[in-house]
Amino acid sequence: MAGDETTLTVEGLKTHFFTKAGVVKAVDGVSFEVGKGEIMGLVGESGSGKSVTGFSIIGLVDPPGRVVEGRIIHDGRDLVGLDDEQMRSLRGNRIAMIFQDPMMTLNPVLRIETQMVEAVLAHNTVPAAQAREAARDALGQVGIPSPDERLRAYPHQFSGGMRQRVAIAIALLNRPSLIIADEPTTALDVTIQGQILYEAQKLCRETGASMIWITHDLAVVAGIADRISVMYAGRIVEQGTTADIIDQPAHPYTRGLIGSVPSRNTRGDRLFQIPGMTPSLLNLAPGCAFRERCSVADDTCLAEPEPSHPLPGRVLRCHHPVLEVAQ
Amino acid sequence: MTVQAEQRPGTGLEAAPRPEDVSVETPFRRFVSDFLESRIATVALAVFAVIAFIALFAPWIAPTDPYDLAQVSVLDSHMPPGSTAFDGRVFVLGTDGAGRDLLSAIFYGLRISLGVGVMSGIIAMAIGSVVGLAAAYFGGRVDTVIMRIVDIQLSFPSILVALVLLAVLGKGVDKILIALITVQWAYYARTVRASALVERSKEYIDAATCLALGHRRILFRHLLPNCLPPLIVVVTVQTAHAIALEATLSFLGIGLPITEPSLGLLIANGFEYMLSMKYWISVYPGVALLITIVSINLVGDQLRDVLNPRLQK
Amino acid sequence: MTVFIIRRLLQSVVVVAVMSLLVFVGVNIVGDPVDMLINPEADQAEIERVIRDLGLDRPLHEQYGYFVVNALQGDLGDSFIFGQPALQLIIERMPATFELAIAALLLAVVLGIPLGVLAGLRPDAGWSRTIMAGSILGFSLPSFWVGIMMIMLFAVMLGWLPSTGRGDTVPVLGVEVSFLTRDGLSHLLLPAINLSLFKLSLVIRLARAGTREAIHQDYIKFARAKGLSETRVVLVHLLKNIMIPVVTVLGLEFGGLVAFSVVTESVFAWPGMGKLIIDSLHELDRPVVVAYLMIVVLMFVIINLVVDIVYSILDPRVRLQDTRA
Repeated sequence: MAGDETTLTVEGLKTHFFTKAGVVKAVDGVSFEVGKGEIMGLVGESGSGKSVTGFSIIGLVDPPGRVVEGRIIHDGRDLVGLDDEQMRSLRGNRIAMIFQDPMMTLNPVLRIETQMVEAVLAHNTVPAAQAREAARDALGQVGIPSPDERLRAYPHQFSGGMRQRVAIAIALLNRPSLIIADEPTTALDVTIQGQILYEAQKLCRETGASMIWITHDLAVVAGIADRISVMYAGRIVEQGTTADIIDQPAHPYTRGLIGSVPSRNTRGDRLFQIPGMTPSLLNLAPGCAFRERCSVADDTCLAEPEPSHPLPGRVLRCHHPVLEVAQ
Repeated sequence: MTVQAEQRPGTGLEAAPRPEDVSVETPFRRFVSDFLESRIATVALAVFAVIAFIALFAPWIAPTDPYDLAQVSVLDSHMPPGSTAFDGRVFVLGTDGAGRDLLSAIFYGLRISLGVGVMSGIIAMAIGSVVGLAAAYFGGRVDTVIMRIVDIQLSFPSILVALVLLAVLGKGVDKILIALITVQWAYYARTVRASALVERSKEYIDAATCLALGHRRILFRHLLPNCLPPLIVVVTVQTAHAIALEATLSFLGIGLPITEPSLGLLIANGFEYMLSMKYWISVYPGVALLITIVSINLVGDQLRDVLNPRLQK
Repeated sequence: MTVFIIRRLLQSVVVVAVMSLLVFVGVNIVGDPVDMLINPEADQAEIERVIRDLGLDRPLHEQYGYFVVNALQGDLGDSFIFGQPALQLIIERMPATFELAIAALLLAVVLGIPLGVLAGLRPDAGWSRTIMAGSILGFSLPSFWVGIMMIMLFAVMLGWLPSTGRGDTVPVLGVEVSFLTRDGLSHLLLPAINLSLFKLSLVIRLARAGTREAIHQDYIKFARAKGLSETRVVLVHLLKNIMIPVVTVLGLEFGGLVAFSVVTESVFAWPGMGKLIIDSLHELDRPVVVAYLMIVVLMFVIINLVVDIVYSILDPRVRLQDTRA
């Protein structure tokens, strides 16, 4: 991964929420890179900070949250510290985002046309007719039949899958170099999920855009991502190529995640379940956040595990990686 | 903690024995401490307590009896606040057109306004709760008919309902009470029915029914206590509303007779002197009315927040 | 659908009938009908003639029948004071009341929505708290007292605006209106603000609640993620969503403004039908009181009927639920 080939470099990102009850360290020192045209899967349970990471990159963290530390370098420019107008001109232009629930992302009282044309006009000074053409082409690109008619429709006249296609079309309108997809298939039927996954992957290839695919579903991301980062309690606990992570998971948490995905080999067996629940990020005790649920944890885990690089392209945060056992 | 201990004997309703009462952190104690979290609401509650005290004991704490002709002299009429009467008394808030001490008149006016408002609220709550409970408990046709009547009545603004009744009935304390009760009962009925419907579907009512307890027992001992939280909120809002409505109607001269000088009537009396800059005759009774209503509303707002189950952690 | 409309129509007829019965019974039984219906200054022969004319010597159900038949023909009796048909008196004063109510409604929308949205966008800011405190006051303050204070401040102390009457009017489509003349507008301003205060507080609350809810919706975040300017997010995406409930509620509230104009018109001596009924109540001009009540009740029944039908067209769930019940 050469420096000039990276679209996004995140270094030591910390996003904290300053609530009345205390500071919630939703993202606490996350680092990763996304290469040009690469799809990176960001996997974790709900509350692991994966969505907040996405919103931090695009600069849409809601108060009382804010980025307190770290660098987000996109196309050679650090996004942390940009002013509102500079961030706005990047959003939907160079960096686009797709949300989880297509039923909620499109404004119910505005026509699809309005919602698409405004996205073009927000970043380009072109005649409205030209913006409309761009919108129509984008709809056609994501496989929506008779786009000219559909532009005049309201969101409720579309099915969930179709709406997500519209959202993807909007994200693609300005040819972004980075797309952040926040669980875009979770709310959809399984058959539609497959179509959207395929569509997204294809469009990424065609446009050369990089993508961060945020999900809690390891099975989904295994089929689409080039690399995977596993997040737990605001940190990346393991990172590597998809094949490495799936075939040789080293972190006990990753192993647990993979164990809990049903497959042909586990047929008839009792499905593995990680015991316990995600810890509250409010006033999290120091040390490894996973130790309460970990089967191999001992007193060394009371200390913070530092990131290690046991293999090329691999990052681990664990005192007792399974890798060591294998060696 | 001492505050909680003092508050406890005051309100019998919430302290009704519930199983949780055995533990230290009772729902009522938590309710009190939640309520006191808001400084504005605590102040409002204290202000309201003072007003209620004045209203209750007006004859004993008012400087003069403004309606005792022996104590009132027309020579003292229209005196601005702080004036001294010929016999040496000081009129803190001035006097009205008949020479009455305005502060005393306000104390007596509070007594009437608050009395009428609270009384109408209590009677309306009693009627509305029974009707609402009946609708929820018996359901079916009873429910449909009752709720249709409630809906229709609530589709008319309160002032119109009061206007119809007072046009028909005429003036008088009893008449205005009837009007205020008619305006309010439907809100209570709707509130109680809504929460009773939720409670009715819960298991303890089934259990009570299985024990073959009588209708009345299930209704009043089991259902009603659980409908209290929303009812308490409606009581505060509606009482404030009733006080304002009575003042409005009395101001318009179609509410209380001049023998019952509520705050609304005091303000109406002062209105004619407004143009000659004798502002105090209207303004001070108005301020008293305003403080009363605002303090009740602020208490009601906080109660709504504290008692709202969706906001509870 | 037809079933639904017929049910609602029948219900409205029942409401009007019950109201007419209530007013009739009130006038004829609770009080002395001779007292109530006959000019107190009439002599004995006149009284007997009117008793015969009105059929007061007949059984009660026949009397009610007369009342209904006459009312259906638009005859609600003559005013004692003005000697004109009561209905005509009220209709003459209707435009003044409607002008006041519409002005108040416009003020509530034009001021209330921006204030509510601002308060919703930054709920913790100082001015947001000020707006909300103002709205609590608007709910709490009895409007007649606010009216008095406005007269004291703007008319008596500052002398900026007149405090009574309608001022100069000009006819528009045969109806006299105040708002088109400078003098009329200055007369309209204080009463309109006074009447609007309660609804203004309501609109502020609705708009604030709508904003607070909408601001966390994904479609607002998505609009931001598209790189739209904050102005466009608020003015297009947010406003359009909160306008729908606000406007619906306001449609329902128009009747309330007409009813509450009774208070404002009395304070500001605005010559509308609200002042007319209060004056008539004081002067025991019963035919006018009865006519006013019947007309306003009828107006409400019609507003509610229309709103119900429109709702049922918009929302099929309401319709189905009602047919099943």
